[in-house]
Amino acid sequence: MDQIISSYFNLDVLRQSLPYLQHGLILTFWLTLAIVPLAMLAGLVVAMLFDLRVRLLNYALIFYIDLFRAFPPLVLIIFIFFGLPFLGIRFSEFTSFVLASTLNGAAYFGEIFRAGIASIPRGQYEAAISTGLRPVQAMAYVVLPQAVRNVLAPLTGNVIELVKATSLASVVAMPELLRSARIAQGATYNATPLVAAALIYLVLLWPSVRLASRLERRALAKR
Amino acid sequence: MDNVYRYFFNVEVMRQSLPFVLNGLLVTIGIALLTIVIGLSLGLALAVIRAFQIRVLNVFIVAFCDVFRAIPALVILMLVYFALPSVGISFSPFVSTLLTLSLVLAAFSLEIFWAGITAVNPGQWEAARSTGLSFAQTLRYVVLAQAVRMVIPPLTNRTIAITKYTAIASVVSVPEILNQASMQQAQLANPTPLTLAAILYILMFLPMVVFSRYLERRHSRGR
Repeated sequence: MDQIISSYFNLDVLRQSLPYLQHGLILTFWLTLAIVPLAMLAGLVVAMLFDLRVRLLNYALIFYIDLFRAFPPLVLIIFIFFGLPFLGIRFSEFTSFVLASTLNGAAYFGEIFRAGIASIPRGQYEAAISTGLRPVQAMAYVVLPQAVRNVLAPLTGNVIELVKATSLASVVAMPELLRSARIAQGATYNATPLVAAALIYLVLLWPSVRLASRLERRALAKR
Repeated sequence: MDNVYRYFFNVEVMRQSLPFVLNGLLVTIGIALLTIVIGLSLGLALAVIRAFQIRVLNVFIVAFCDVFRAIPALVILMLVYFALPSVGISFSPFVSTLLTLSLVLAAFSLEIFWAGITAVNPGQWEAARSTGLSFAQTLRYVVLAQAVRMVIPPLTNRTIAITKYTAIASVVSVPEILNQASMQQAQLANPTPLTLAAILYILMFLPMVVFSRYLERRHSRGR
């Protein structure tokens, strides 16, 4: 028991590693703040383009969605970080990571929004148009509010996944929460910082995880 | 264009690195299959235990479910591989990855199975019990039979998403696809092996994604 406390819940070590964890958390926060809205917006654009019902375009969109749903995010990150520079394309670390995560997240969001829009009867859109709304207005005021409500569960789930995936930035040496904890662990020869990082993720994401499962259960019960 | 060919589709480099990357493919397939088998069985088993409503057990099951859904898989892997040895428990990189992904998949599939079980109308429980079936028989032949079918689409999606994370095994030097490709890339100073890795991942996961799309369509038509 003593050993567990001194190895995992060591207060001295925790105090020493707090500055690391704090810096890491801030980067994790900025990454999340950039990635989640960008991916969501891109996904929305994908879904709305899909709704134009241009056959060739739709094949291309489905191809994009399925390709990136089949592609492990870490592989994409490594590819962008270590592959693109050979072509002379260089982004900052932050941009590279945001780009990789957005490409990946937008595919999932695209599929979710697409399913949401498909769940609203076409007649609603046509009725909205016939009352004089422009297509964009019909989409924004009539279709999307209902579509989003129908897919709230997978939307929440995907936001959680994107936040969790910021931990992959540690692999390309970006000092986000996980990487900072590993650095602190190396500096103190103690696993407490890692445990602390895990607990921070748990505390931050636990409410959303609960929310996601409640939404999912409600969606399933409605069938 | 010449550079794209030289750095990403270099035939010579491909020939040299292919055997390594193919060996990596076998490891990736091994981890993926074992994760799916262990994760889904554990998830189903825990959902069944949860249905028996034994309060003490359920507290643990729900806690397990929430913790492993809220903490990123890579953070859990770091804990298993770098923190557990402090108390004398050490696993090989392969087992650490397998353990991590299986537990994460178990937590997510537990939640999905459980949502399916609760979505079955309570009247069916009562009807089945009143015909003389025992609790376990009702669960097996009436409730699970419908619940499992109901949750197949979200379960497939989640299974693919978690199985894709086998790539994080490269972080603890399991010689799987990404690890082998990165090593070859460094050795040959050419990112073509990464292209190879990307192709292999797509060959592995794209059929699964397309299959999940088919399942989803069949499922929504059946309603």
